Amino acid sequence: MLLAFDTASPTVTVALHDGTDVVAEATATSSMRHGEQLAPLIAQVLADGGATPADLTGIAVGVGPGPFTGLRVGLVTARTMAHVLDVPVHGVCSLDPLALEAVETGAVDGDFLVATDARRKEVYLASYDAGAVRQDDPVVDRPATLASDRPVVGEGATLYPDAFPVARGPQRPSAAWLARGVVAGRFTVLEPEPLYLRRPDAEIPRAPKAVLADEPSPR
Amino acid sequence: MTRDEPLVLGIETSCDETGVGIVRGHTLLADAVASSVEQHARFGGVVPEVASRAHLEAMVPTIQRACDTAGVSLRDVDAIAVTHGPGLAGALLVGVASAKALALSLGKPIYGVNHLAAHVAVDQLEHGPLPEPSLALLVSGGHSSLLKVTDITGHDGGVDPLGATIDDAAGEAFDKVARLLGLPFPGGPHIDRAAREGNQVAIDFPRGLTSRRDLERHRFDFSFSGLKTAVARWVEARERSGEPVPVADVAASFQEAVCDVLVRKALDAAASEGIEDLMIGGGVAANSRLRVLAEERASKLGIRVRVPRPGLCTDNGAMVAALGATMVERGRTPSPLDLPADSSLPVTEVLAG
Ligand SMILES: [Zn+2]
Repeated sequence: MLLAFDTASPTVTVALHDGTDVVAEATATSSMRHGEQLAPLIAQVLADGGATPADLTGIAVGVGPGPFTGLRVGLVTARTMAHVLDVPVHGVCSLDPLALEAVETGAVDGDFLVATDARRKEVYLASYDAGAVRQDDPVVDRPATLASDRPVVGEGATLYPDAFPVARGPQRPSAAWLARGVVAGRFTVLEPEPLYLRRPDAEIPRAPKAVLADEPSPR
Repeated sequence: MTRDEPLVLGIETSCDETGVGIVRGHTLLADAVASSVEQHARFGGVVPEVASRAHLEAMVPTIQRACDTAGVSLRDVDAIAVTHGPGLAGALLVGVASAKALALSLGKPIYGVNHLAAHVAVDQLEHGPLPEPSLALLVSGGHSSLLKVTDITGHDGGVDPLGATIDDAAGEAFDKVARLLGLPFPGGPHIDRAAREGNQVAIDFPRGLTSRRDLERHRFDFSFSGLKTAVARWVEARERSGEPVPVADVAASFQEAVCDVLVRKALDAAASEGIEDLMIGGGVAANSRLRVLAEERASKLGIRVRVPRPGLCTDNGAMVAALGATMVERGRTPSPLDLPADSSLPVTEVLAG
């Protein structure tokens, strides 16, 4: 039994795969609040699939890119469960399940791009061939800089139609396709390390400011 | 220690320490801490995103280290406890998610507990059951509070805040003054060390919220912002006049001003509430002068002082496990799996329901 989940988009998604096909899946009903929603959804999917944690033989997790806070919820959950249950973790770029779903459902044929929302008016983007094999490492940048007339799968195209006029297929990654791709060996498996693509916002402070100069001085 | 006492694993990630502690009842078995403090030093304060990234990397190795030290297998654990607030939202979330993954995978209950109450509960690992009621003075880089604790698990108004800082936390003032004096971050230990060579009455720095007028409205509240500015002004005036800054004297006089106010207000609160036990916790409780001054003055009033050893005063997982064990012992209802991380959790909410 493979448990799969992705928290790199605003929607938490969880699925259970028995080696033949997906036997249970659940998607969060509201966006965000990954920390609250993921564990109950895992419990629900296990119950729906008639499984217990001890039945799991592996965990598949989306490693991003995606908003950091939610992404870490998925990764720390995967790493902790794998540690307790002594099973492997299969890390997958969160754009890959979108590509696989688009190809397998016939939303695209030929080369295409996947773009998701990176906030701050930017998108995460990677390119794929007709077999849903990723051709490069994902990048983060402004839509105008990455603009393309090729078909674009994912929310990034819907959000920025000027840059990506040919929008196609699914919007956000689905754990069901994450699970199917891992079982079928369709993805490059990565370590369960987050693909942040951005450095933390942090400024090195300047020298202590002069209080006598910028505050009204006491007489 | 008996086998009947609950074996509890506690996780703490509210700031820059990834802490995993394991206790059996009131007995400490392991206290594993991984700190990202070095990564924040050049920024002069904790950078939330840097802390959150470090928590993710340290989480599982720290759980492993705690189990190895305690000589227990995760399967033997009776319950998981985790800090679910207050603290840095992104940082808290890493610990909360990991704790849920443990609880879910092991089929064990989870207790989402309040960080401040855990700072109080940790003393049970060193000095045995906490007398109830106790007065708790919690001072660190993130908090400065006076709490009346009648039930550490939070039942029936069990943790009642009598006062808190109205601006900077005490530990923050230590960091800022250390920077003014060219001492490294975090400032507490460096000021403490420098102060040993200095004269604590060399400079008469202000005691915040101690004037008669302030006491009417803020009898048990603290303010350290004015003190910090006073130190900055004094140091700057000295530099402008071309004279060397007597670092040890400034450190000692500043430290005395902080400790004087903390102890004075804590003992005033204890006396006014008729409480005979004062517990001091949080990172600033590791300050050597605070301990000495508190014990000196409390003994004259017949008040007993409990201060855990410095390693248990700073943020750690053992304190969370200690509070979790008390929750189990008193039969409190575990938290649900959709337990949130709450960065501004009020101190009155000790257990997530
Ligand atoms: Zn603390």
